[in-house]
Amino acid sequence: MANKVIYAVYEDPEQLKDGARKLVSNGIKVKDTFSPFPIHGIDPIIGVKRTRLGIAAFMYGITGTCLATLGIWYFNVFDWPMDIGGKPNWHYYQNVPAFIPVTFEFTVLCAAHGMALTYLIRNKTLPGMPARNPDPRSTDDKFIIEVRTGDNHGHSAEEITGLLRTTAVFEINERQY
Amino acid sequence: MNFTISKRARTLSMALIAVGAMAALYGVISDHSDHHQRSWAALLVNGFFFLGIGLGGLFFYALQNATETAWSVLVKRVYEGIMSYIPVGAVVIVLVLAAGSMGLHHIYHWMDARLFDETNADYYDELIAGKSAFLNQPFFWVRTLVYLGVFMVFARWFRKKSLQMDGLTGESLVRTHILTYKRGALFLVFFAVLSSILAWDWLMSIDAHWFSTLFGWYVFSGMWVSAMITGVVMVLYLKRKGYLPQVNNSHIHDMGKWVFAVSFLWSYLYFSQFMLIWYSNIPEEVTYFQQRINEHSTLMWVTFFINFAVPMALLMSRDAKRNPRFLIGVGAVIFLGHWFDVNMIVMPGAAGHDFHGIGLLDLGLFTCFLGVFITTVFNALSKAPLTPVNHPYLEESVHHQI
Repeated sequence: MANKVIYAVYEDPEQLKDGARKLVSNGIKVKDTFSPFPIHGIDPIIGVKRTRLGIAAFMYGITGTCLATLGIWYFNVFDWPMDIGGKPNWHYYQNVPAFIPVTFEFTVLCAAHGMALTYLIRNKTLPGMPARNPDPRSTDDKFIIEVRTGDNHGHSAEEITGLLRTTAVFEINERQY
Repeated sequence: MNFTISKRARTLSMALIAVGAMAALYGVISDHSDHHQRSWAALLVNGFFFLGIGLGGLFFYALQNATETAWSVLVKRVYEGIMSYIPVGAVVIVLVLAAGSMGLHHIYHWMDARLFDETNADYYDELIAGKSAFLNQPFFWVRTLVYLGVFMVFARWFRKKSLQMDGLTGESLVRTHILTYKRGALFLVFFAVLSSILAWDWLMSIDAHWFSTLFGWYVFSGMWVSAMITGVVMVLYLKRKGYLPQVNNSHIHDMGKWVFAVSFLWSYLYFSQFMLIWYSNIPEEVTYFQQRINEHSTLMWVTFFINFAVPMALLMSRDAKRNPRFLIGVGAVIFLGHWFDVNMIVMPGAAGHDFHGIGLLDLGLFTCFLGVFITTVFNALSKAPLTPVNHPYLEESVHHQI
């Protein structure tokens, strides 16, 4: 039996959530959902693991703090001790308040850029990457659930579509893959 | 479900008041400063700190109204409880200020009219005389009464409408809600101005020669974070006693986030004020920090460390903000940290060399005020259903999930 992928198209995020809940409560694994905007509360329903983006952001931020401190120490203290406003930089700690704003900004810069890039790469949505959504309408006004028969060996495609038809589904598309 | 104060809580708060009052009394008796100024300063610190919590609670409540925030509807009664302390706090502040006006202490030495008299060469102070258009007693009292009046009127009004909404449904409920939304926004406009000026009046004018434009926001952020800590600790206490059954982890998480975020606001403002004054090194500005660094460096740095590093390191992770015990522990530490902060603002200017660090007098008064605060807030909490009966966003708040 060839593996099939089933797309259930909904017109409303709440209807999609109800549909997904019904599938999951019947032991069917939902592969993914596609929508024009983030659907609040869908993650726990379809069992998406908690994002580790926050941890990544923290790592990028700490990297920024270290780099900034190293840079400031090297440029302003070690290599050429600057004397600004009668405050000579003979040691880093002497003028540390003056260095905090730069350190802070660089931390934010690294955390924000690192997080944005990680997010885009992880989602495969960097500029120029091919779109992966199955149906262009999911960028407009439709909300789509993707179910693969390959993930659900206990259930036939007919059973899944039958179950989907009992929800407020707008249309169901099947495809071989 | 209505909140009933448990016997234990009642006894405990009474014990706090009694023990605190005794310790404070001992402190006052053994205080040999001129005019008992050290004791008056301690009263000002605690009077202001706890009034600030009430004001921070009122501000947050108005903010929730003005932004029509849904998640916080379930816990709004807790903030109404915190707001109920404002009249009590106002009495203490008025007492301290009135005593100053009558010359019972000299915390506000600009209140002495001789400073403005050019013919009196012994006392004339040109710098303070230059500020006399603002720093004069009649105008000062008008301002003080306006702040307290505006805050109490708004607090009473919010509470009244909130209780009224419990009995309303449909159209009239929405109408009242829209009204509280508008009044919330109006209050924020008032508070933006008044919170800054009251910080100049009650705290910055202690060091009348010194000024800092950032001071108002810095004091305000301290009040706000203290109120956020009080709110989350109250909610956790009530939940532990079996009240507020619908408040879930996500509400707690959000309130923890507020503690974390406002701690950073405070740190940012504190550091901005410090860094600019340190860098420019202008004599008339730098006196404030010189006095604090030279004479009370431990208090100053410990305050900053507790209020900045502790929340940053301990409240950053999601799990920490969802762990009630941890949150209460960290909250208690930061709460004390902000009390230290008010001490740091007031004491060096108000008590000068009579201030040798935080002692029995301060801790006693703090304990006593804490007892009064808890009693007042609990009394207000017990007077209305803890979970609002009706609110347009109640349903959404019950299903809050992040």
